[in-house]
Amino acid sequence: MAECHPVGFQWVSEAKAKGAKIIHIDPRFTRTSAIADLHVPIRMGTDIAFLGGLIKYVLDNDLYFKEYVVAYTNAAALVGEDFVDAEDLDGLFSGFDPETGQYDESSWQYEGAEQVAAAGQRSPGQPGYSGTYEATTEGDEEETGEADDPQRAAEQDASDEDPSVKASDRGQAAGSGGPSIPGKPKRDETLQHPRTVFQVLKRHFARYTPEMVAEVTGIEPEVFEQVAKWVTSNSNRERTTAWVYSVGWTQHSVGAQYIRTASILQALLGNMGRPGGGIMALRGHASIQGSTDVPTLFNILPGYLPMPHALQHHTLADYVASSAGKAGFWGNMDAYMTSLLKAWFGDAAQPENDFGFDWLPKINGDHSSYRTIADMIAGKVHGYFLVGENPSVGHPNGKMNRFGLANLDWLVVRDLQMIESATFWKEGPEIESGEMAPETIGTEVFFMPAATHVEKEGTFTQTQRLLQWREKAVEPPMDARSDLWFFFHLGRLLRERLAGSTDPKDQPLLNLTWDYPTIGETQDPDAEAVLREINGVGPDGKALSSYTEMKADGSTSGGCWIYTGVYADEVNQAARRKSHREQGPVASEWGWAWPANRRMLYNRASADPEGKPWSERKRYVWWDEESGRWTGVDTPDFEATKRPDYQPPEGAKAQDAISGVDPFIMQGDGKAWLYAPAGLTDGPMPTHYEPAESVVENALYGTQSNPTIERIAGPWNRENPSMSEVFPFQVTTYRLTEHHTAGGMSRTLPYLSELQPEFFVEVSPELAELRGLTNGEFATLVSARSAIEAKVLVTERIRPIKLRSGQVVHQIGMPYHWSYAGLSTGDNANDLLGIVLDANTHIQEDKVSTADIIPGRRPRGPELLDFVEGYRMRAGVKSGRVGINGREPDEDPSKMEEAGA
Amino acid sequence: MTAVSSASPGLEGPDAKNRLFGPLPDVQGEAGYAEDHPARVGFFTDTSVCIGCKACEVACKEWNTLPMDDSHGKRDAMGMSGMSYDNTGMLGANSWRHVAFIEQSRAVDLPMPSFGRPGDDRKDTGLPVNPVAPQADGPLNAQTSVLNAEALTEYDPQTGQSGGDKQIRWLMSSDVCKHCTHAGCLDVCPTGALFRTEFGTVVVQGDICNGCGYCVPACPYGVIDKREDDGRVFKCTMCYDRLTDGLQPACATACPTQSIQFGDLDELQARADARLATLKEQGVESARLYGRDENDGVGGNSAFFLLLDEPEVYGLPPDPIVTTRDLPAMWKAAATGAAMIVGIIGSAFLGRRRS
Repeated sequence: MAECHPVGFQWVSEAKAKGAKIIHIDPRFTRTSAIADLHVPIRMGTDIAFLGGLIKYVLDNDLYFKEYVVAYTNAAALVGEDFVDAEDLDGLFSGFDPETGQYDESSWQYEGAEQVAAAGQRSPGQPGYSGTYEATTEGDEEETGEADDPQRAAEQDASDEDPSVKASDRGQAAGSGGPSIPGKPKRDETLQHPRTVFQVLKRHFARYTPEMVAEVTGIEPEVFEQVAKWVTSNSNRERTTAWVYSVGWTQHSVGAQYIRTASILQALLGNMGRPGGGIMALRGHASIQGSTDVPTLFNILPGYLPMPHALQHHTLADYVASSAGKAGFWGNMDAYMTSLLKAWFGDAAQPENDFGFDWLPKINGDHSSYRTIADMIAGKVHGYFLVGENPSVGHPNGKMNRFGLANLDWLVVRDLQMIESATFWKEGPEIESGEMAPETIGTEVFFMPAATHVEKEGTFTQTQRLLQWREKAVEPPMDARSDLWFFFHLGRLLRERLAGSTDPKDQPLLNLTWDYPTIGETQDPDAEAVLREINGVGPDGKALSSYTEMKADGSTSGGCWIYTGVYADEVNQAARRKSHREQGPVASEWGWAWPANRRMLYNRASADPEGKPWSERKRYVWWDEESGRWTGVDTPDFEATKRPDYQPPEGAKAQDAISGVDPFIMQGDGKAWLYAPAGLTDGPMPTHYEPAESVVENALYGTQSNPTIERIAGPWNRENPSMSEVFPFQVTTYRLTEHHTAGGMSRTLPYLSELQPEFFVEVSPELAELRGLTNGEFATLVSARSAIEAKVLVTERIRPIKLRSGQVVHQIGMPYHWSYAGLSTGDNANDLLGIVLDANTHIQEDKVSTADIIPGRRPRGPELLDFVEGYRMRAGVKSGRVGINGREPDEDPSKMEEAGA
Repeated sequence: MTAVSSASPGLEGPDAKNRLFGPLPDVQGEAGYAEDHPARVGFFTDTSVCIGCKACEVACKEWNTLPMDDSHGKRDAMGMSGMSYDNTGMLGANSWRHVAFIEQSRAVDLPMPSFGRPGDDRKDTGLPVNPVAPQADGPLNAQTSVLNAEALTEYDPQTGQSGGDKQIRWLMSSDVCKHCTHAGCLDVCPTGALFRTEFGTVVVQGDICNGCGYCVPACPYGVIDKREDDGRVFKCTMCYDRLTDGLQPACATACPTQSIQFGDLDELQARADARLATLKEQGVESARLYGRDENDGVGGNSAFFLLLDEPEVYGLPPDPIVTTRDLPAMWKAAATGAAMIVGIIGSAFLGRRRS
């Protein structure tokens, strides 16, 4: 955190000065380790074993927060009899289909769930349920309107099984509300029933002993114990512990499950929804949080609404059906979606045309980032916008990314500098190796200079979901313009050219509300007008103040329901700048946090079931009997007047179905999930798998790596075999304080470039000796993808991990900022990596892979290809040779097929 | 930059007896400023909270429009030094803040070989290479207790060897011109380009410096440096231009962890004393203040430090002495010598006359 978020680290420094203990868990000794109280070196890619060990420690020693766990988590729920744990199937849960590599989640359900399965079953995340649909939908007919058209309903059932639906996006198919969990599960409040979640969890982690943790992670039992003691002794009524993670957790083939493991631990310890607790995700850029809230992702719409699917969602009613009847605030998805359509299409969106639902693009498969790159190589994608992204450097497998870009018709690059993704066709490393020939590349590249964050106005949304408005400080130079300017005027020009068209495919664009006022000579759209549109307006034309005011009848609008309130009272709430000295500890009047300016989510959990604070020291939000309201230092994340003893009546829907003791109001059951009966593609509980590329055999299961890993096969994306003598070392990538991600914002600046002027890798003195590497000299790293060279920094901060088996795991650290452009240059670390993905998120595993390292510089030109091919042959990996521009493999025609055509 | 009359204390001061050494309660008054001059200001750099982000270096270069340079101080050049994350190398004409990165490891049981900064390629420059050989139960042990509060002394988690072999720590410290109470550079400057400001700091006036370079060897810390292609000398001004506008120096403003604190010197000294006491209470025996003692060889510094190891570890002289301290004695010796020569010559003439 000190390394990549030095400014945010000031708060950690402040906490430390007040007596907080800082534990840093990282394979490397970094700038964070340097001032942490304890650095715990962990073998790359083994965090589930470590966190699972902590869960076992908590359960074994009765250190969990009992009242909290019983009342606020699903510990007491009974899991159905069909569920078989990974412990009993050597690393697989019940429901695995080896043919497709996917799970059927139906056996993971709670007991009692089957009988009341509701509309949510049609979520593609639960394909196994479609068979029971006919028998159980009667009650839904009126609501969903589907039964009016039995043929449609049958079609839809069939569509659930369509490969394009299954492939499209199982993880996000239900939106961020998660899958609906049907009905109320049977519970055993004593937690003694063998099939309670609590007991299932206990059995699942029974083998995660300190010794096993040591065997898998390399963390000695004494160190493990130290961490366990600090964490548990600091988690109770009086104290809370927070976890902070970043891409060191997410960028794994089991990334989502890493965070799940931490969530289980925090829920057991009562550290969620309480001040000083939580799990904090540090984001990589200033507004990455904002770019998922108002997303640039293929699988969600603003506010985490799922993206409609072409086969499943023919009408708005189809689309919202899965949420109808859902408990919690996701039960109002129809209102959020209708308001979104009203914001986009304005008066053109009317009930009779389904509010323009037909005008929305629909997905019909997996269009995630890396799949799209493969589709580009296969000639399926024609145009591409890159806005502040440099895939040639920042994405794993740079070569594959460049091949993709080389097979487009057109490419628009908006950036501050002439980045590699704009110049690859004439300067990329494949020109030298002979894999690309500029004269044969048809991609027309448009480079549009972009304004920096100080040259435009708008909001940043940071990891606490805080929107902070910033003013324009200076005008952008020359032709540089804001992204808002670019897209507004692009849309304006397109609409002008299409004006009067009656072609149905032009209607979405023509029906958009596109009337933002512009400012000044450059005609920049007024960003506040956009923010107000996102906030939404009511029937009276005034800004809404809460998403609870949104209606499904088309009388309200709002571009992102969770942001509603940011323009409440017609005031830009994100621009508030009241000093912390003039307000309470939560500083509610600095900026604005979604939702509803809540600074901490699920804060109902900071009070006990009766609504009293768990302790005076940790009081935050509580029930005030006198006024009959929830009150506290923050906006309560609970309906203000819902009594703690409220019990939902039979048949209650949406938030009314959430009882007064259920703090996790966005979940269908209001509980924190220690066990996920649905919604994850790779299991209801986290399980330790080795990374896709590992030098170590899985000590816990015969299943070596995550069985649901998404692979993108092709000669340009070969995988290193695990436990291969040819690729005997683990590699991780990371950022340095001195540079910014793919380097477009730092490698071009002298004051930053001079601080870390060259691409280097960090190795231990032991590995340096083993391989004959010299500090300050070059070394070559090789994988099945490519070979790169880097200066060597020999340091004791990188240390080999000696496992109990006696195996020594050498780890190599590799900052990934460099490429050929700019002041500070070097080979591209990401060229070494392949692409394998977490099936939940389509996020790449680039925090751990394997490679070989040898002294000296790499071969040049075509010799480089022979060199890498030689490694592939020795490792038993298929050929990686490709035709010009990556298009056609030049030898075996069967590989053409494999290339994704 | 505001023009301020230069006045070099010592040789022509109000008290000409000896103002070249020892405590000096009113540096600005000594330099001829009227009694209502502003308080003496300074930097307290607390290295125990430094995270090595180098924001101070960047902010300094941005504000003062300094050129890029490599770890040898070569202008418009860059290159990896191979010394941990330190590619700045040293303070110089082009780098007025320098964050040192010192990697240390300690054998717990095994005898520890002497340890230098890995790959220091500057041995041929004649600059001191840090001869760090941490004592087994000396400062490093204490540091571990601050950094690893209830630390791991029995084994090394990273190699999994019980009984342990190594512990590591990574010291970071942002170095800067010390703005000495008795500033050798200022004392020897023949043109008055170097002057004492009303804030008690020492600043070079670029439009007066003639590039004679006397100040360079006069600095006991090796801070002030000549820009070779320019000829003149440059160093930290403690952002004199910002101070005169009521702003803080750029580096202190940029520091995210309050490792660099700017303020009135007496206040900073009190804060530093308290911080030192806290650390000592926590068992950090190795913590010490550097440049805080007004009885040291330079009369104490405006920019002083809290260190976690011996000054040499950070590349700082352990016992800096203002190079002009012995000037009076030297002049005295020179005068005696001159008198003797005059006497000898005179007596020779006298003798001749006699003959």
